[in-house]
Amino acid sequence: MNTRPQFWLTVAGLVLLLVAVCGLALAVGPTLLTAAEWRAALTGPADDPLRIIVWEIRVPRVLLGVLIGGVLGLSGAAMQGFLKNPLADPGVLGVSAGAASGAVLAFYTGVFGAASWALPAGGMAGALLAAVLLPLLAGRDAAVHTLVLAGLALNAFFGALTTLALNLSPNPFANMEVMFWLLGSLTDRGWNHVMLAFPFIAAGALLLLVAGPALRGLSLGDDTAVSLGFSQRRTRWLVVAGTALSVGAAVAVSGVIGFIGLIVPHLLRGAAKGDPQRLLVLSAAGGAIFLTAADMFVRVIQIGPELKLGVVTALLGAPFFLGLLSRLRRELP
Amino acid sequence: MSSVLQANSLTVRLGGRDVVGGVSLDVNAGEVVGLIGPNGSGKSTCIGALAGIRRPAGGDVLLDGVPLDRVAPRVRARGISYLPQNPECHWPLSVRQVVALGRLPHRSLWGGLGPGDAAAIERAMAKLEVAELAERRVDRLSGGERMRVMLARALAPEPRVLLVDEPTDGLDPNHQLHVMELLRASASEGCAVLAVLHDLSLAERFCDRLLLLHEGRLLASGAPREVLVTENVARAYHVEAVVLGENGRSTIVPWRRIGR
Repeated sequence: MNTRPQFWLTVAGLVLLLVAVCGLALAVGPTLLTAAEWRAALTGPADDPLRIIVWEIRVPRVLLGVLIGGVLGLSGAAMQGFLKNPLADPGVLGVSAGAASGAVLAFYTGVFGAASWALPAGGMAGALLAAVLLPLLAGRDAAVHTLVLAGLALNAFFGALTTLALNLSPNPFANMEVMFWLLGSLTDRGWNHVMLAFPFIAAGALLLLVAGPALRGLSLGDDTAVSLGFSQRRTRWLVVAGTALSVGAAVAVSGVIGFIGLIVPHLLRGAAKGDPQRLLVLSAAGGAIFLTAADMFVRVIQIGPELKLGVVTALLGAPFFLGLLSRLRRELP
Repeated sequence: MSSVLQANSLTVRLGGRDVVGGVSLDVNAGEVVGLIGPNGSGKSTCIGALAGIRRPAGGDVLLDGVPLDRVAPRVRARGISYLPQNPECHWPLSVRQVVALGRLPHRSLWGGLGPGDAAAIERAMAKLEVAELAERRVDRLSGGERMRVMLARALAPEPRVLLVDEPTDGLDPNHQLHVMELLRASASEGCAVLAVLHDLSLAERFCDRLLLLHEGRLLASGAPREVLVTENVARAYHVEAVVLGENGRSTIVPWRRIGR
């Protein structure tokens, strides 16, 4: 039975769903747009307030949700394939924390100057460091608990670096701002953020997609993958650099939004028939849908201060993670 | 007969120790060569180096006369297929998906399975009698079924060299014989087969030649009857062996341990 048409049908379904969610996300918000207002926003003069709301606020925000959600799902799936472990996720394993501390340190120390790319550069450097340290700490064929422990250690280490920077900073207002940014959010992000993050997210995503066949080979173990023609060094380079570029840039823009890389591939593994390469594509689409929908949710519900996206995904993701962990513990001897 | 795979004074170092030290061997198209020797004698390391997985510290491995490190990985993967000891599968894949992974060296980045790939997968599954399991999940099969699926995966590239590490490990006598018959069948189709084996009697009966490895070096090589003499078995395994048989069928059987 050829499962290929079925797979592309699933991809098409997810893309349609993504388009629908994006359309909805553009329409709803503090002001709900009617069809007539939509037409006005699209065709009206440049200083039309509706046009400004749609083009300067909602479109970039939805676009960032798609990009960042997509890349978080994709990198989660890639890390799971690479480490052969369904608990891998940039947040759980400390890559996001590395990116956050890198961005915070770049912000406070000014090593990259005041350039606009300072934050993403710091984020990517931090993510790269975490992604390189992780296999060193956990070993390449890490058991579930070793991997989670390594992630715990990295999260603690990079969390300490971030709090150190906050601790030493003389400016309490800047601290508040950084604290809120760390919680993870897409509020008040504009086209400049899209422009800043897009090249790195695209480049990182490309590297991760190119790693697809090697991840397939890795499902039969390291040695067999090499015997099938996939060099270990090349695969590691693709996954580590791809994750660092894409997650680093994503975190630098949005702060830490956790657990998407864990939840989304898990939900879609059945649709991918366990195939790590197909899971990459499905998880990218699924992550984009998930984050765009979650961001729409925090914009629509009005309970005092806006809920931060990272808080919402953590509230959903942490119990999910515990459930997955206990199931794996029962399955493994 | 031409030698497809050849090793010249192959040395592999692991943890500062020469696990394989100066082994020369060749495998020809159409023959089954058995690599035997006690635990820790370097069999798996040796076959790993032949498969291009372990980098030799000295000597070289030649595929069709070309040094392996000058053969592109994909080209090497099409020519040499390798089945490790205790083959793993980390995701809940179906039998057909696992066998299809054997075609990876023939496929492009996002290209699907071509008609040639699909036919090769069907042939491999038919040969190993796993076609009726095609849609079953590999992690829910019995040990014997699983090993047959993994062998089908190794045969799916339709390689010129087949390297298998203990393919009869953990199988009942019926499945052991089945696997050995399949190796013979692959050889008769022109494949060069090298198998690491622990069962001396299977090695004696199904291999054209045997290589006896002892402490990383070749202790003996040649026709099974020449290699499996009591003296060699005693030296390599510290075991006294006897030849048993009736009706013109006889085989060597390890009988008791020799005190050192």
